[in-house]
Amino acid sequence: MGFEGIGASVRRKEDGRFLAGRGNYVDDINRPGQLYAFIRRSDRPHARIGGIDTGRAASAPGVVAVFTGRDIEADGLGGLPCGWQIHNKDGSPMAEPPHPVIAVGKVRHVGDPVAVVIAETRQQAKDAAELLVIDYQDLPGIASVRDAVSPAAARVHDDVVGNVCYDWHIGDKAAVDAAFERAARVVRLDLTNNRLIPNAMEPRSAVGECDPSSGDYTLWTTSQNPHVIRLLMGAFVLHVPESKLRVVAPDVGGGFGSKIYHYAEEAIVTWAAGKLKRPVKWTAERFESFMSDAHGRDHESVAEMAITEQGTFLALRVSTLCNMGAYLSTFAPCVPTYLYATLLAGVYKTPAIYAEVKAVFTNTVPVDAYRGAGRPEATYLLERLVDVIAYDTGIDKVELRRRNFIPSDAFPYQTPVALQYDSGDYEATLRTALQAADWDSFEERRREAASRGKLRGIGISTYLEACGIAPSKVVGSLGARAGLYEVASIRVHPTGSVSVLTGAHSHGQGHETTFAQLVSEQLGVPISQVEVVHGDTAKIPFGMGTYGSRSLPVGGSAMVKAMDKIIAKGKKIAAHLMEAAVEDIEFKEGKFTVTGTDKSKALAEISLAAYVPHNYPIEELEPGLDETAFYDPKNFTFPGGCHICEVEIEADAGMARVVRFTAVDDIGRVINPMIVEGQVQGGVCQGVGQALMEHAVYDAQGQLLTGSYMDYTMPRAEDVPDIKVGSETTLCTHNPLGSKGCGEVGAIGSPPAVMNAVVDALKQYNVRHLDMPATPEKIWTIMRDGQPAMAAE
Amino acid sequence: MYDFTYQKPSSIADAVKLLAEPEAKALAGGQTFIPVLKQRLNKPSTLVDLAGLGLAGIKAEGDKITIGAMTTHGAIAASPEIKKAIPGLSMMAGWIGDTQVRHCGTMGGSLANNDPSACYPAAVLALNATIVTDKRRIGADEYFQGMFTTALATDELITSIEFALPVEKSAYEKFRNPASRYAMVGVFVAKSAAGVRVAVTGASQNGVFRHTEMEQALSGNWSPDAIAHIKTPPGGLNSDIHGSAEYRAHLITVMAKRAVAAAS
Ligand SMILES: Cc1cc2nc3c(=O)[nH]c(=O)nc-3n(C[C@H](O)[C@H](O)[C@H](O)COP(=O)(O)OP(=O)(O)OC[C@H]3O[C@@H](n4cnc5c(N)ncnc54)[C@H](O)[C@@H]3O)c2cc1C
Repeated sequence: MGFEGIGASVRRKEDGRFLAGRGNYVDDINRPGQLYAFIRRSDRPHARIGGIDTGRAASAPGVVAVFTGRDIEADGLGGLPCGWQIHNKDGSPMAEPPHPVIAVGKVRHVGDPVAVVIAETRQQAKDAAELLVIDYQDLPGIASVRDAVSPAAARVHDDVVGNVCYDWHIGDKAAVDAAFERAARVVRLDLTNNRLIPNAMEPRSAVGECDPSSGDYTLWTTSQNPHVIRLLMGAFVLHVPESKLRVVAPDVGGGFGSKIYHYAEEAIVTWAAGKLKRPVKWTAERFESFMSDAHGRDHESVAEMAITEQGTFLALRVSTLCNMGAYLSTFAPCVPTYLYATLLAGVYKTPAIYAEVKAVFTNTVPVDAYRGAGRPEATYLLERLVDVIAYDTGIDKVELRRRNFIPSDAFPYQTPVALQYDSGDYEATLRTALQAADWDSFEERRREAASRGKLRGIGISTYLEACGIAPSKVVGSLGARAGLYEVASIRVHPTGSVSVLTGAHSHGQGHETTFAQLVSEQLGVPISQVEVVHGDTAKIPFGMGTYGSRSLPVGGSAMVKAMDKIIAKGKKIAAHLMEAAVEDIEFKEGKFTVTGTDKSKALAEISLAAYVPHNYPIEELEPGLDETAFYDPKNFTFPGGCHICEVEIEADAGMARVVRFTAVDDIGRVINPMIVEGQVQGGVCQGVGQALMEHAVYDAQGQLLTGSYMDYTMPRAEDVPDIKVGSETTLCTHNPLGSKGCGEVGAIGSPPAVMNAVVDALKQYNVRHLDMPATPEKIWTIMRDGQPAMAAE
Repeated sequence: MYDFTYQKPSSIADAVKLLAEPEAKALAGGQTFIPVLKQRLNKPSTLVDLAGLGLAGIKAEGDKITIGAMTTHGAIAASPEIKKAIPGLSMMAGWIGDTQVRHCGTMGGSLANNDPSACYPAAVLALNATIVTDKRRIGADEYFQGMFTTALATDELITSIEFALPVEKSAYEKFRNPASRYAMVGVFVAKSAAGVRVAVTGASQNGVFRHTEMEQALSGNWSPDAIAHIKTPPGGLNSDIHGSAEYRAHLITVMAKRAVAAAS
């Protein structure tokens, strides 16, 4: 075996089955006697349901049952729960209106489930769903956050005054106000963070089954966290004890956050399977993904920075309106608060920060965490603001950043918005990125592009984010209704192969490889002998799943702890077998050796002795070699870095293209550099998509105008250049691996880099800012109108 | 999709007979029609697959090129005869959709459908091609009658499309809709025995149209500069989340200039 431990770019173990079409996704699962559910969804943004005539549908060929929200209610099911409670400025809890599994009385967004038809075939269910007669009485709808807070706005929920879910704040308002008073200058920027649709390649799917003899339920679902679904659905919706409920998330084709949440369809198929005594499957068609998967972002913000003449940041004031959609998705409330406003210090030593966030309900699909979750919003705001400060003051944008960086000797660094950064070196990532991107020779490239009729621009973003969510006690005090530790069991089998049972879930991240490499490193077992088991509550201990780039920093740390226990126990067994003192046993590269001798035992010999304990210290030690560890992180981790982007804009048509992209990230210790490169590149593609193309557009009343790929622009391979990925490492100081997480850095650091490049390319038009996505028409309008408004104050 | 019966006739006469049924529909490459069926936007009684009629193929004979209605975009893009005689058409076909779409979708299907943002209508109109059906020959100027509307009767089949040669100059430039990659504005310019013709697709609410002001300007002087000053009035142009009528009007000039430059 070649080197397969930490730092080796070994090929992904899982790719063989994916590339050969042998993955096992939820829709591949078919149970004997299975029925199919089709969900009739609202095509109205906001309407009262006068009545639903199910008669013709119920008697259509193949139909077994038709259920509406009333049937769910009659069975005593709960609504879909929210996993995080935010408190208002005045200490009162947020508004938490009910989120029925199927709409009752009223529909609140296009895509809201109105009824479910269950039939022998998918086709029959769909045919019958068309026969449902729904008496809608349309109500005025609202889609934008601004309309939601206007005094004349209709109410999405009758009991939620002003459509406000919460009005929250963080930071020292008095200190910020005082700093603004004495500041030489205040720079203000109003900006939008565009609404996005996640678009995982695999649509959501769920299969529910109820074992007729035991009454036990099984749900197969496209989830990033099966235990979380089991807990939420079992305890709050179906009222089924966890011991009677198994949730399996097999191969999952991409999540980006959208598969964290507990969705109505999971509850519907599980409940219906029990009621009908037959398995029930539902798989989203793509149009349903657009209108029922939780969307991302959707902020309107005002940001103001108080600065000195020299451009030193004195204080930051931010006011953000954010869209929750029609109902609270599972983790929605924490995204624009604790995952956003706490990040507003970024990489800068701004001494005072105050942010207020108002979250509102609208007649749109619920909005929740999407790759980056809050941190892209904070980063975009901050890094655009810094560029605008450079624009307004004439200070060089790199120099301005350097003047305000938290220096590398200031760690641990306490920010004014709760977080304490453990490590980082922003100057190092900046320096390396500037060099790798040939920053200094850019003007030559700008001139050369001009000779081809292209406006070329360069943009930079020096970002920071928080991963590895999170210390349970801390998040509990902030409103989380869950703990956020992770668990791992390391099971050394009798002949020395190893199973890793992890609460983390892989839906594209390559865990089967990365985690095997951890085992290879620590236990000296070849990765071919390591099996990673995840995604099944019947097999793994209670774990919290994968999101927030937590799998390695939190889940990996649990594995390290479990392997420490394996080694400690192995030493005792080895000491017994080799008749030595435990203190004299050392473990290295898969062997237990008596120090200073050539006496040794391989791990497989120890494990065999542990399971066939004929010659074994049975008085003091239990047989077996199987250890579990729970790891609760001590802090968040803080990856950061520098992204540099170059764009070219067609001077005649206004089309912008990214032509160069360099990402230099500090993500702590890297296990598999190839996988990390892929994660960063994938994230950057999504960032480029957000900056230039993607936009979920609703009309004023709440009709979704971008409900298919005919209108929702996804980035294609041809839209991104080869992305250069580099790194500068400082280790995380508080977890055993020193790793910080890499899953989201690409999507967090890149949008402002792209937008700063677009603005730079349009330099001659004196542009200060434009909102994402920078579509060809927006850019053309700027070029047509020549010199728009001068720098505003 | 809804249930339907499937027929694959082996003669044009049989196909036409089947299509006389009120809810029967022809199926060519299915690249437009199958998505329509999947979305349940159409409920045909019978699908008449045209694949067995021998309508695929490209024939170059002296003064014309004849393209069978069932010839795919991929075959058109790859044809050396077309590349040589009408490079603009070759370029256009090679730029439709993706590889899968190009290897299923057909020229006849595209013309019968006459999507206002499809590419072929621009080529056919600019090159003054003739649409040959099982019943008659239709000139390009009469064939296109507004978006999704053509001179075809419901049971009339396109069998081939004829392009008169020589074509002195031809080129197509499209500004792709960022999401769908259909033409947001596509301009085909051609100079042939029919004179200079400029056809614009994607832009107008009435589908493909000829830009006579540009045709006149280019007749005197085949150069991008000759049309640089020409502004298309935005009235009657499409306006949607991807581009306003004003922007599309602007793009017509940009794309036309690029096409003229490419054909110079
Ligand atoms: C992802 C994607 C991208 C695309 N991008 C583009 C693009 O950029 N530009 C572009 O121009 N097109 C584009 N298309 C459309 C594509 O070119 C289709 O192939 C074309 O519009 C229809 O041709 P078809 O052979 O697939 O016809 P079908 O879909 O089979 O049929 C279309 C219609 O024409 C009728 N019909 C078919 N053949 C005949 C005939 N011989 N006589 C009479 N009626 C007939 C059918 O009854 C049907 O109503 C795209 C399609 C897809 C799926």
